[in-house]
Amino acid sequence: MSEYYEKKDLADFGNIGEFAPEQAKKFFEYYESATSAGKLSEREKALIALSVATALHCPYCIDAYTNKCLSLSVGNDEMMEAVHVGAAMLAGMALAHSTQMRKIIKKKGM
Amino acid sequence: MNALSRLLGLEGSCGLESFENKLKQTGNYPLRAGGIGIFQMNVGKRCNLSCRHCHVEAGPERPESMSKRVFEQCLRVINGTPSITTVDLTGGAPEMNPNLEWFITEASKIPRRLIVRSNLAILADSRYAGYIDVYAKNNVELCVSLPDYRGDRTGRQRGRDVYQKVIAVIKTLNEKGYGWAGGPVLDLVHNPSGAYLPGRQKSLEGEYRAYLKKEHGIIFNDLFCITNMPIGRYFDYLLESDNICDYMKDLENTFNPAAVSKLMCRTMISVSWDGRLYDCDFNQMLGLTVSDKKHASVGNFDISALNGRDIVVRNHCYGCTAGSGSSCQGSIE
Repeated sequence: MSEYYEKKDLADFGNIGEFAPEQAKKFFEYYESATSAGKLSEREKALIALSVATALHCPYCIDAYTNKCLSLSVGNDEMMEAVHVGAAMLAGMALAHSTQMRKIIKKKGM
Repeated sequence: MNALSRLLGLEGSCGLESFENKLKQTGNYPLRAGGIGIFQMNVGKRCNLSCRHCHVEAGPERPESMSKRVFEQCLRVINGTPSITTVDLTGGAPEMNPNLEWFITEASKIPRRLIVRSNLAILADSRYAGYIDVYAKNNVELCVSLPDYRGDRTGRQRGRDVYQKVIAVIKTLNEKGYGWAGGPVLDLVHNPSGAYLPGRQKSLEGEYRAYLKKEHGIIFNDLFCITNMPIGRYFDYLLESDNICDYMKDLENTFNPAAVSKLMCRTMISVSWDGRLYDCDFNQMLGLTVSDKKHASVGNFDISALNGRDIVVRNHCYGCTAGSGSSCQGSIE
Protein backbone atom coordinates (compact mmCIF):
# COMPACT_ATOMS: atom_id res chain seq x y z
CA MET A 1 0.00 0.00 0.00
CA SER A 2 1.74 3.15 -1.23
CA GLU A 3 -0.86 5.69 -0.06
CA TYR A 4 -3.50 5.75 2.65
CA TYR A 5 -5.88 7.63 0.36
CA GLU A 6 -5.95 6.75 -3.33
CA LYS A 7 -8.41 8.42 -5.70
CA LYS A 8 -9.12 5.18 -7.48
CA ASP A 9 -10.34 3.66 -4.21
CA LEU A 10 -13.50 5.73 -4.48
CA ALA A 11 -14.64 3.26 -7.11
CA ASP A 12 -14.17 0.49 -4.54
CA PHE A 13 -16.91 1.89 -2.32
CA GLY A 14 -19.41 -0.48 -3.88
CA ASN A 15 -17.33 -3.40 -2.58
CA ILE A 16 -17.47 -2.54 1.12
CA GLY A 17 -19.76 -5.51 1.60
CA GLU A 18 -16.97 -7.93 0.73
CA PHE A 19 -16.76 -9.45 4.19
CA ALA A 20 -20.13 -8.35 5.53
CA PRO A 21 -22.69 -8.44 2.68
CA GLU A 22 -25.82 -8.30 4.82
CA GLN A 23 -24.77 -5.19 6.70
CA ALA A 24 -23.59 -3.57 3.46
CA LYS A 25 -26.92 -4.29 1.78
CA LYS A 26 -28.75 -2.61 4.66
CA PHE A 27 -26.31 0.30 4.63
CA PHE A 28 -26.73 0.92 0.89
CA GLU A 29 -30.50 0.81 1.19
CA TYR A 30 -30.34 3.31 4.02
CA TYR A 31 -27.80 5.46 2.14
CA GLU A 32 -29.96 5.53 -0.99
CA SER A 33 -33.05 6.36 1.01
CA ALA A 34 -31.32 9.10 3.02
CA THR A 35 -29.71 10.84 0.03
CA SER A 36 -32.56 10.58 -2.50
CA ALA A 37 -35.08 13.36 -2.96
CA GLY A 38 -37.71 13.45 -0.23
CA LYS A 39 -39.05 16.54 1.53
CA LEU A 40 -35.65 17.97 0.67
CA SER A 41 -34.54 17.94 -2.97
CA GLU A 42 -31.64 15.87 -4.27
CA ARG A 43 -29.80 19.15 -4.77
CA GLU A 44 -30.27 20.30 -1.17
CA LYS A 45 -29.16 16.91 0.13
CA ALA A 46 -26.05 16.97 -2.07
CA LEU A 47 -25.09 20.35 -0.59
CA ILE A 48 -25.58 19.05 2.95
CA ALA A 49 -23.41 16.03 2.11
CA LEU A 50 -20.72 18.28 0.63
CA SER A 51 -20.72 20.42 3.75
CA VAL A 52 -20.33 17.36 5.99
CA ALA A 53 -17.66 15.90 3.68
CA THR A 54 -15.45 18.97 3.90
CA ALA A 55 -16.06 19.51 7.59
CA LEU A 56 -15.14 15.92 8.41
CA HIS A 57 -12.24 15.80 5.92
CA CYS A 58 -13.39 12.83 3.83
CA PRO A 59 -11.51 13.06 0.50
CA TYR A 60 -13.65 10.39 -1.14
CA CYS A 61 -16.85 12.14 -0.11
CA ILE A 62 -15.53 15.56 -1.22
CA ASP A 63 -14.74 14.06 -4.65
CA ALA A 64 -18.10 12.32 -4.91
CA TYR A 65 -20.24 15.24 -3.75
CA THR A 66 -18.39 18.00 -5.60
CA ASN A 67 -19.02 15.98 -8.75
CA LYS A 68 -22.61 15.37 -7.74
CA CYS A 69 -23.19 19.06 -7.09
CA LEU A 70 -21.64 19.92 -10.46
CA SER A 71 -23.86 17.28 -12.08
CA LEU A 72 -26.89 18.90 -10.52
CA SER A 73 -25.87 22.34 -11.82
CA VAL A 74 -25.16 23.66 -8.34
CA GLY A 75 -23.22 26.93 -8.68
CA ASN A 76 -19.62 27.23 -7.50
CA ASP A 77 -20.72 30.02 -5.15
CA GLU A 78 -23.49 27.84 -3.71
CA MET A 79 -21.03 25.01 -3.02
CA MET A 80 -18.66 27.42 -1.28
CA GLU A 81 -21.53 28.75 0.83
CA ALA A 82 -22.27 25.19 1.92
CA VAL A 83 -18.62 24.69 2.89
CA HIS A 84 -18.82 27.86 4.99
CA VAL A 85 -21.85 26.49 6.82
CA GLY A 86 -19.77 23.46 7.82
CA ALA A 87 -16.78 25.64 8.68
CA ALA A 88 -18.91 27.97 10.80
CA MET A 89 -20.43 24.99 12.57
CA LEU A 90 -16.97 23.62 13.38
CA ALA A 91 -15.81 27.03 14.60
CA GLY A 92 -18.97 27.39 16.65
CA MET A 93 -18.48 23.98 18.19
CA ALA A 94 -14.93 24.87 19.23
CA LEU A 95 -16.05 28.20 20.67
CA ALA A 96 -19.04 26.68 22.43
CA HIS A 97 -16.66 24.33 24.20
CA SER A 98 -14.82 27.35 25.57
CA THR A 99 -17.68 27.52 28.06
CA GLN A 100 -16.17 24.54 29.81
CA MET A 101 -12.76 26.20 29.74
CA ARG A 102 -14.14 29.46 31.07
CA LYS A 103 -16.00 27.71 33.85
CA ILE A 104 -12.80 25.95 34.96
CA ILE A 105 -10.83 29.21 34.77
CA LYS A 106 -13.38 30.90 36.95
CA LYS A 107 -13.54 28.02 39.41
CA LYS A 108 -9.78 27.57 39.71
CA GLY A 109 -8.69 31.19 39.55
CA MET A 110 -8.29 33.43 42.60
CA MET B 1 -2.93 10.14 -34.08
CA ASN B 2 -6.52 10.02 -35.34
CA ALA B 3 -9.60 10.08 -33.10
CA LEU B 4 -10.15 6.33 -33.20
CA SER B 5 -6.56 5.54 -32.26
CA ARG B 6 -6.79 7.99 -29.39
CA LEU B 7 -9.91 6.24 -28.06
CA LEU B 8 -8.27 2.84 -28.40
CA GLY B 9 -5.12 4.09 -26.66
CA LEU B 10 -7.10 4.81 -23.50
CA GLU B 11 -7.25 1.10 -22.76
CA GLY B 12 -3.51 1.14 -22.12
CA SER B 13 -3.01 4.65 -20.79
CA CYS B 14 -6.04 4.73 -18.46
CA GLY B 15 -6.49 1.00 -17.74
CA LEU B 16 -9.87 1.12 -19.45
CA GLU B 17 -11.73 -2.09 -20.26
CA SER B 18 -12.72 -1.98 -23.93
CA PHE B 19 -16.42 -1.30 -24.47
CA GLU B 20 -16.63 -4.40 -26.62
CA ASN B 21 -15.32 -6.54 -23.74
CA LYS B 22 -17.75 -4.87 -21.36
CA LEU B 23 -20.62 -5.86 -23.64
CA LYS B 24 -19.27 -9.42 -23.84
CA GLN B 25 -19.00 -9.66 -20.04
CA THR B 26 -22.63 -8.60 -19.66
CA GLY B 27 -23.93 -10.83 -22.47
CA ASN B 28 -24.77 -7.92 -24.76
CA TYR B 29 -22.35 -8.55 -27.65
CA PRO B 30 -22.84 -8.15 -30.53
CA LEU B 31 -25.16 -5.21 -30.12
CA ARG B 32 -27.88 -5.55 -32.76
CA ALA B 33 -30.22 -3.00 -34.28
CA GLY B 34 -33.88 -3.65 -33.65
CA GLY B 35 -35.23 -1.66 -36.61
CA ILE B 36 -35.18 1.94 -37.77
CA GLY B 37 -37.65 4.32 -36.18
CA ILE B 38 -35.52 7.46 -36.11
CA PHE B 39 -33.96 8.90 -39.24
CA GLN B 40 -31.33 11.38 -38.11
CA MET B 41 -29.74 13.67 -40.66
CA ASN B 42 -26.62 15.70 -39.96
CA VAL B 43 -27.10 18.36 -42.59
CA GLY B 44 -23.67 19.94 -42.23
CA LYS B 45 -20.87 21.07 -39.98
CA ARG B 46 -21.23 24.79 -40.54
CA CYS B 47 -22.27 26.60 -37.39
CA ASN B 48 -22.38 30.14 -36.08
CA LEU B 49 -20.90 28.84 -32.80
CA SER B 50 -17.75 26.89 -31.92
CA CYS B 51 -18.76 25.24 -28.65
CA ARG B 52 -16.05 23.71 -26.48
CA HIS B 53 -17.93 20.44 -26.02
CA CYS B 54 -18.90 19.96 -29.69
CA HIS B 55 -18.26 16.42 -30.89
CA VAL B 56 -18.84 17.58 -34.49
CA GLU B 57 -16.15 20.28 -34.18
CA ALA B 58 -18.58 22.51 -36.02
CA GLY B 59 -17.88 26.17 -36.70
CA PRO B 60 -18.31 29.06 -39.13
CA GLU B 61 -15.44 27.92 -41.35
CA ARG B 62 -16.59 24.34 -41.89
CA PRO B 63 -17.58 23.81 -45.54
CA GLU B 64 -19.46 20.47 -45.20
CA SER B 65 -23.13 20.95 -46.12
CA MET B 66 -25.75 18.46 -47.32
CA SER B 67 -26.60 18.93 -51.00
CA LYS B 68 -30.15 19.06 -52.34
CA ARG B 69 -29.49 15.73 -54.06
CA VAL B 70 -28.80 14.01 -50.72
CA PHE B 71 -31.82 15.74 -49.17
CA GLU B 72 -33.95 14.33 -52.00
CA GLN B 73 -32.55 10.84 -51.42
CA CYS B 74 -33.44 11.19 -47.73
CA LEU B 75 -36.98 12.24 -48.60
CA ARG B 76 -37.40 9.15 -50.78
CA VAL B 77 -36.23 6.93 -47.92
CA ILE B 78 -38.55 8.60 -45.39
CA ASN B 79 -41.47 8.33 -47.78
CA GLY B 80 -40.78 4.68 -48.55
CA THR B 81 -40.05 3.44 -45.02
CA PRO B 82 -43.15 3.24 -42.82
CA SER B 83 -41.15 2.19 -39.74
CA ILE B 84 -39.55 5.66 -39.65
CA THR B 85 -41.65 7.67 -37.21
CA THR B 86 -39.21 10.49 -36.51
CA VAL B 87 -37.03 12.68 -38.70
CA ASP B 88 -34.33 14.33 -36.62
CA LEU B 89 -32.23 17.12 -38.15
CA THR B 90 -28.95 18.14 -36.61
CA GLY B 91 -25.66 19.81 -37.54
CA GLY B 92 -23.74 22.19 -37.10
CA ALA B 93 -26.46 24.76 -37.24
CA PRO B 94 -29.05 23.21 -39.57
CA GLU B 95 -30.26 26.72 -40.46
CA MET B 96 -26.96 27.41 -42.23
CA ASN B 97 -27.77 24.79 -44.86
CA PRO B 98 -29.42 26.68 -47.76
CA ASN B 99 -31.73 23.71 -48.49
CA LEU B 100 -33.24 23.46 -45.02
CA GLU B 101 -36.41 25.49 -45.55
CA TRP B 102 -37.22 23.59 -48.74
CA PHE B 103 -36.63 20.26 -47.00
CA ILE B 104 -38.80 21.14 -43.98
CA THR B 105 -41.65 22.15 -46.27
CA GLU B 106 -41.38 18.85 -48.16
CA ALA B 107 -40.82 16.66 -45.09
CA SER B 108 -43.75 18.17 -43.23
CA LYS B 109 -46.05 16.81 -45.95
CA ILE B 110 -45.13 13.31 -44.76
CA PRO B 111 -46.93 12.50 -41.49
CA ARG B 112 -43.87 11.98 -39.31
CA ARG B 113 -42.49 13.69 -36.24
CA LEU B 114 -40.00 16.34 -37.40
CA ILE B 115 -37.31 17.58 -35.01
CA VAL B 116 -34.67 20.26 -35.57
CA ARG B 117 -31.76 20.51 -33.16
CA SER B 118 -31.13 24.24 -33.17
CA ASN B 119 -28.72 26.27 -31.08
CA LEU B 120 -31.40 29.05 -31.23
CA ALA B 121 -28.70 31.74 -30.92
CA ILE B 122 -28.64 31.74 -34.72
CA LEU B 123 -32.29 32.80 -34.80
CA ALA B 124 -31.28 36.05 -33.07
CA ASP B 125 -29.45 36.87 -36.33
CA SER B 126 -31.81 38.70 -38.70
CA ARG B 127 -30.61 36.57 -41.64
CA TYR B 128 -32.04 33.44 -39.99
CA ALA B 129 -34.85 34.83 -37.82
CA GLY B 130 -37.41 33.83 -40.47
CA TYR B 131 -36.95 30.22 -39.41
CA ILE B 132 -39.02 30.91 -36.28
CA ASP B 133 -42.10 31.16 -38.51
CA VAL B 134 -40.97 28.30 -40.77
CA TYR B 135 -40.72 26.04 -37.73
CA ALA B 136 -44.04 27.15 -36.25
CA LYS B 137 -45.88 26.85 -39.57
CA ASN B 138 -44.63 23.29 -40.13
CA ASN B 139 -45.08 22.17 -36.52
CA VAL B 140 -41.37 21.41 -36.20
CA GLU B 141 -40.27 20.24 -32.76
CA LEU B 142 -37.28 22.17 -31.49
CA CYS B 143 -34.55 20.63 -29.39
CA VAL B 144 -32.27 23.30 -27.98
CA SER B 145 -28.95 23.02 -26.22
CA LEU B 146 -28.85 25.04 -23.01
CA PRO B 147 -26.00 23.54 -20.97
CA ASP B 148 -26.97 25.37 -17.80
CA TYR B 149 -30.01 27.33 -16.71
CA ARG B 150 -27.77 30.21 -15.67
CA GLY B 151 -25.59 32.25 -17.97
CA ASP B 152 -22.05 31.81 -16.71
CA ARG B 153 -21.54 28.11 -17.37
CA THR B 154 -23.45 28.25 -20.63
CA GLY B 155 -21.25 31.14 -21.73
CA ARG B 156 -18.01 29.32 -20.90
CA GLN B 157 -19.10 26.39 -23.02
CA ARG B 158 -20.92 28.02 -25.93
CA GLY B 159 -19.54 31.54 -26.06
CA ARG B 160 -20.31 34.94 -24.60
CA ASP B 161 -23.78 36.37 -25.22
CA VAL B 162 -25.14 33.00 -26.39
CA TYR B 163 -27.23 32.59 -23.25
CA GLN B 164 -28.90 36.00 -23.63
CA LYS B 165 -29.64 35.31 -27.30
CA VAL B 166 -31.14 31.90 -26.56
CA ILE B 167 -33.33 33.30 -23.79
CA ALA B 168 -34.56 36.09 -26.08
CA VAL B 169 -35.44 33.62 -28.86
CA ILE B 170 -37.22 31.30 -26.41
CA LYS B 171 -39.40 34.26 -25.36
CA THR B 172 -40.38 34.76 -29.00
CA LEU B 173 -41.02 31.03 -29.43
CA ASN B 174 -43.22 31.01 -26.31
CA GLU B 175 -45.23 33.85 -27.85
CA LYS B 176 -45.70 31.65 -30.94
CA GLY B 177 -47.07 28.85 -28.76
CA TYR B 178 -43.88 26.82 -28.33
CA GLY B 179 -43.47 25.18 -24.95
CA TRP B 180 -47.14 25.36 -23.97
CA ALA B 181 -49.26 22.23 -23.49
CA GLY B 182 -50.82 21.36 -26.83
CA GLY B 183 -48.51 23.75 -28.71
CA PRO B 184 -45.45 22.95 -30.76
CA VAL B 185 -42.73 21.25 -28.75
CA LEU B 186 -39.73 23.08 -27.31
CA ASP B 187 -37.34 20.78 -25.47
CA LEU B 188 -34.11 21.85 -23.82
CA VAL B 189 -30.88 19.90 -23.58
CA HIS B 190 -28.56 19.98 -20.59
CA ASN B 191 -25.04 18.73 -20.89
CA PRO B 192 -22.30 19.24 -18.31
CA SER B 193 -20.00 22.25 -18.60
CA GLY B 194 -16.94 20.28 -17.58
CA ALA B 195 -15.50 16.83 -16.99
CA TYR B 196 -18.37 15.28 -15.06
CA LEU B 197 -21.56 13.38 -15.78
CA PRO B 198 -25.02 14.91 -15.90
CA GLY B 199 -27.25 14.64 -12.85
CA ARG B 200 -30.65 13.02 -12.65
CA GLN B 201 -32.85 14.38 -15.43
CA LYS B 202 -35.90 14.81 -13.22
CA SER B 203 -33.96 16.81 -10.60
CA LEU B 204 -32.39 19.08 -13.18
CA GLU B 205 -35.63 19.60 -15.06
CA GLY B 206 -37.22 20.98 -11.89
CA GLU B 207 -34.33 23.39 -11.35
CA TYR B 208 -34.40 24.54 -14.99
CA ARG B 209 -38.16 25.02 -14.97
CA ALA B 210 -38.27 27.00 -11.72
CA TYR B 211 -35.28 29.24 -12.53
CA LEU B 212 -36.17 30.02 -16.15
CA LYS B 213 -39.77 30.80 -15.24
CA LYS B 214 -38.82 32.99 -12.28
CA GLU B 215 -35.90 34.85 -13.85
CA HIS B 216 -36.98 35.08 -17.48
CA GLY B 217 -40.66 34.13 -17.61
CA ILE B 218 -40.02 31.38 -20.15
CA ILE B 219 -41.38 27.85 -20.40
CA PHE B 220 -40.41 24.65 -22.18
CA ASN B 221 -41.70 21.10 -22.49
CA ASP B 222 -39.02 18.61 -21.41
CA LEU B 223 -35.39 18.72 -20.40
CA PHE B 224 -33.04 16.09 -21.80
CA CYS B 225 -29.78 15.35 -20.02
CA ILE B 226 -27.05 14.26 -22.42
CA THR B 227 -23.63 12.96 -21.43
CA ASN B 228 -20.73 14.62 -23.24
CA MET B 229 -19.06 12.18 -25.60
CA PRO B 230 -15.28 11.83 -25.54
CA ILE B 231 -15.04 12.85 -29.19
CA GLY B 232 -13.98 15.97 -31.07
CA ARG B 233 -13.40 19.15 -29.10
CA TYR B 234 -14.59 17.57 -25.88
CA PHE B 235 -11.90 14.89 -26.17
CA ASP B 236 -9.32 17.65 -26.68
CA TYR B 237 -10.64 19.46 -23.61
CA LEU B 238 -10.41 16.29 -21.51
CA LEU B 239 -6.86 15.73 -22.70
CA GLU B 240 -5.68 19.30 -22.21
CA SER B 241 -7.24 19.56 -18.74
CA ASP B 242 -5.77 16.20 -17.69
CA ASN B 243 -9.25 14.80 -17.09
CA ILE B 244 -9.31 12.13 -19.78
CA CYS B 245 -8.61 9.07 -17.62
CA ASP B 246 -10.80 10.20 -14.71
CA TYR B 247 -13.67 10.89 -17.10
CA MET B 248 -13.36 7.61 -18.98
CA LYS B 249 -13.10 5.66 -15.72
CA ASP B 250 -16.19 7.47 -14.43
CA LEU B 251 -18.02 6.35 -17.57
CA GLU B 252 -16.74 2.79 -17.19
CA ASN B 253 -17.50 2.59 -13.46
CA THR B 254 -21.06 3.75 -14.01
CA PHE B 255 -21.69 1.36 -16.93
CA ASN B 256 -25.34 0.39 -16.68
CA PRO B 257 -26.21 -2.92 -18.38
CA ALA B 258 -29.92 -2.02 -18.19
CA ALA B 259 -29.30 0.95 -20.49
CA VAL B 260 -27.85 -1.23 -23.26
CA SER B 261 -31.13 -2.64 -24.50
CA LYS B 262 -32.57 0.88 -24.83
CA LEU B 263 -29.64 2.48 -26.65
CA MET B 264 -30.80 4.86 -29.34
CA CYS B 265 -28.45 3.36 -31.95
CA ARG B 266 -30.58 0.21 -31.88
CA THR B 267 -33.54 2.02 -33.44
CA MET B 268 -32.00 4.74 -35.56
CA ILE B 269 -29.88 5.47 -38.58
CA SER B 270 -27.69 8.53 -38.96
CA VAL B 271 -27.07 10.16 -42.35
CA SER B 272 -24.07 12.42 -42.89
CA TRP B 273 -23.97 15.56 -45.04
CA ASP B 274 -22.53 13.48 -47.90
CA GLY B 275 -25.16 10.73 -47.64
CA ARG B 276 -23.26 8.02 -45.81
CA LEU B 277 -25.01 5.92 -43.17
CA TYR B 278 -23.91 5.45 -39.58
CA ASP B 279 -25.34 3.91 -36.42
CA CYS B 280 -25.28 7.29 -34.67
CA ASP B 281 -23.98 10.84 -34.95
CA PHE B 282 -20.97 9.97 -32.78
CA ASN B 283 -19.89 7.10 -35.00
CA GLN B 284 -20.38 9.50 -37.89
CA MET B 285 -17.80 11.91 -36.45
CA LEU B 286 -15.37 9.01 -36.02
CA GLY B 287 -15.90 7.86 -39.61
CA LEU B 288 -17.40 4.52 -38.54
CA THR B 289 -20.04 3.73 -41.17
CA VAL B 290 -22.61 0.96 -40.59
CA SER B 291 -21.20 -2.55 -40.52
CA ASP B 292 -22.96 -3.51 -43.78
CA LYS B 293 -20.68 -1.66 -46.19
CA LYS B 294 -22.83 -2.52 -49.20
CA HIS B 295 -25.64 -0.46 -47.74
CA ALA B 296 -23.68 2.36 -46.16
CA SER B 297 -25.15 5.09 -48.35
CA VAL B 298 -28.59 6.70 -48.35
CA GLY B 299 -28.56 6.30 -52.14
CA ASN B 300 -28.85 2.52 -51.76
CA PHE B 301 -30.79 2.43 -48.51
CA ASP B 302 -32.17 -1.05 -47.83
CA ILE B 303 -34.29 -1.40 -44.71
CA SER B 304 -34.18 -5.20 -44.77
CA ALA B 305 -30.37 -5.15 -44.82
CA LEU B 306 -30.12 -2.52 -42.10
CA ASN B 307 -32.68 -4.00 -39.71
CA GLY B 308 -30.87 -6.38 -37.39
CA ARG B 309 -27.40 -5.15 -38.38
CA ASP B 310 -24.56 -5.35 -35.87
CA ILE B 311 -23.94 -1.95 -34.31
CA VAL B 312 -20.36 -0.69 -34.57
CA VAL B 313 -19.06 0.01 -31.05
CA ARG B 314 -15.90 1.64 -29.72
CA ASN B 315 -14.87 3.06 -26.34
CA HIS B 316 -16.83 6.32 -26.77
CA CYS B 317 -19.99 4.19 -26.45
CA TYR B 318 -19.45 4.21 -22.68
CA GLY B 319 -20.93 7.71 -22.87
CA CYS B 320 -24.35 6.31 -23.74
CA THR B 321 -24.38 3.55 -21.11
CA ALA B 322 -23.20 5.54 -18.08
CA GLY B 323 -25.56 6.04 -15.17
CA SER B 324 -29.11 6.51 -16.38
CA GLY B 325 -27.91 6.12 -19.97
CA SER B 326 -27.83 8.89 -22.55
CA SER B 327 -29.39 9.46 -25.93
CA CYS B 328 -30.41 12.36 -28.14
CA GLN B 329 -33.70 12.15 -26.21
CA GLY B 330 -31.94 12.45 -22.85
CA SER B 331 -31.71 9.78 -20.15
CA ILE B 332 -32.88 6.39 -21.32
CA GLU B 333 -34.00 4.81 -18.05
